[in-house]
Amino acid sequence: MNARTGLALRVDDVALAHGGDPVVRGLTLEVRPGEVFVVVGPSGCGKSTLLRGLAGLLPVAAGSMRADDVAVTGPSPDRALMFQDDALLPWRTARRNVELPMAIRRVPRRERRARAESWLARVGLDGQEHRLPAQLSGGMRQRVQLARTLAGEPRAILMDEPFGALDAQTRGAMQRLLVDVLRTTPATVVFVTHDVDEGLFLGDRVAVLGAGGIETLVDVPHPRDAATRGTPLIRAARREILEALGAPETDLRSVPC
Amino acid sequence: MTATVLAPAPAPVGERKPAARPRHAALRWAVRAASLATALLLWQWLTAADVTAWVRFDRLPTPLEVADQFGRLLGDPAYYLDIAQSLVRILTGFALAGLAGIAAGVAVARSWLLSDLLQPLFEVIRPIPAIALVPVAILLFPRNEQGIVFITFTAAFFPILVSTRHAVRALPTVWEDAVRTMGGGRWRVLAGVVLPGALPGVLGGLSVGMGVSWICVISAEMISGDFGVGYRTWHAYTIVDYPAVLVGMVTIGILGWATSAAVELAGRRVTRWLPARRLGGAR
Repeated sequence: MNARTGLALRVDDVALAHGGDPVVRGLTLEVRPGEVFVVVGPSGCGKSTLLRGLAGLLPVAAGSMRADDVAVTGPSPDRALMFQDDALLPWRTARRNVELPMAIRRVPRRERRARAESWLARVGLDGQEHRLPAQLSGGMRQRVQLARTLAGEPRAILMDEPFGALDAQTRGAMQRLLVDVLRTTPATVVFVTHDVDEGLFLGDRVAVLGAGGIETLVDVPHPRDAATRGTPLIRAARREILEALGAPETDLRSVPC
Repeated sequence: MTATVLAPAPAPVGERKPAARPRHAALRWAVRAASLATALLLWQWLTAADVTAWVRFDRLPTPLEVADQFGRLLGDPAYYLDIAQSLVRILTGFALAGLAGIAAGVAVARSWLLSDLLQPLFEVIRPIPAIALVPVAILLFPRNEQGIVFITFTAAFFPILVSTRHAVRALPTVWEDAVRTMGGGRWRVLAGVVLPGALPGVLGGLSVGMGVSWICVISAEMISGDFGVGYRTWHAYTIVDYPAVLVGMVTIGILGWATSAAVELAGRRVTRWLPARRLGGAR
């Protein structure tokens, strides 16, 4: 496709705050170019805060955050953020939403239209170009958002529980779609989720984020291979993550931070 | 490869059509027409029979007299000149108020510095009825015409300012965050997110502003005009031509209704994306 490569992201002893006390402090992690790095952890541990920091929406309070050895000081089209829901501009049709990052990059109108249409077809939405977000289901809206995120050709994709608001069946379809689409892009992915199984299916590595930073880092055996589901290797990785979360076999959402 | 991994897409949310069924709509129009007709008949009866029961209808012109006068004025070029004069005043004042009100509303909502600079001024001036500014307008402006436009402007400015400020403050941050992470700068956020996103709220202010503008343009014309519907109505009163006074009022009513409807219609066109509007239900 193109010669662009994924960004290497390096977070070194970082503190991030929403105005008051830091939500995240002393956080150190390294994301390799082109990998899918999954962050799991209970609510309130600063997973979303970390992504907003990487996206450049939140200034770093302490420590350093670098993308390919360049300090992150603000948002950049190289680091795209995909949100859980309702991030499409509701007055733009599906196609015009996908065109948006290309319009910002001043891609000529004719070219961006063609590319938006091909992206929508890639995510299974051909024929839906002229629909407004309100006329699409939650799953379709996330497909449009995925197309919009990728259409900007970012070198890193920061995904904030992108399938968290979807029902189980739609979520499974979206995970398979994401795996398929990521095969053709060199972009680095940081994927935040509540769902350990989702993380194990999508990630090369799964990090467990707790109050004291990254507590456990698990290398996923055979990443993105649906056939490995339930094998002893995966079950061991799953157990390790759940133990790090401090609650084997319980609902992750109820675990205190 | 691509196609095989895709599960069938969930059924889209059906396109919701306006709720009114044809027969239902016809009935509602009939009720509306009957309401107007009944009011006219009642008026005709009260005035023709010279009813005086505390409220006296014996000197009020009948609808037929008013219609007669109306017909006569429709053939008079001066009538159209008055309408044109009032329309030019109101549209100038309203357009300026729209531009200034939206700009000031966005500025106050998005910048703490501009908010601190402008907000106290606005809050002090806002409670003063625009029509009470007539003496100020006479002192400030060399020409009467500019004074009337100024009063119309002031009347429409505040509703537009306040509604814009609230609409911009209520915008979800996720749209702005999305555009910024795509590399969009300040102007892209303003033109691509803030203005379209605030538009539904701004339209409420424009609608109210148009109504207040009419009140003020007519009052200002009555006080200090040389032309215009308000001046003509007041003039008819001073020469005891009551049917002409009522024709003036009917004219004001029709003009006000037409301009408000134009604002509503334009508003509905630019906010067709709003989910609530798609549910239909005409008022």
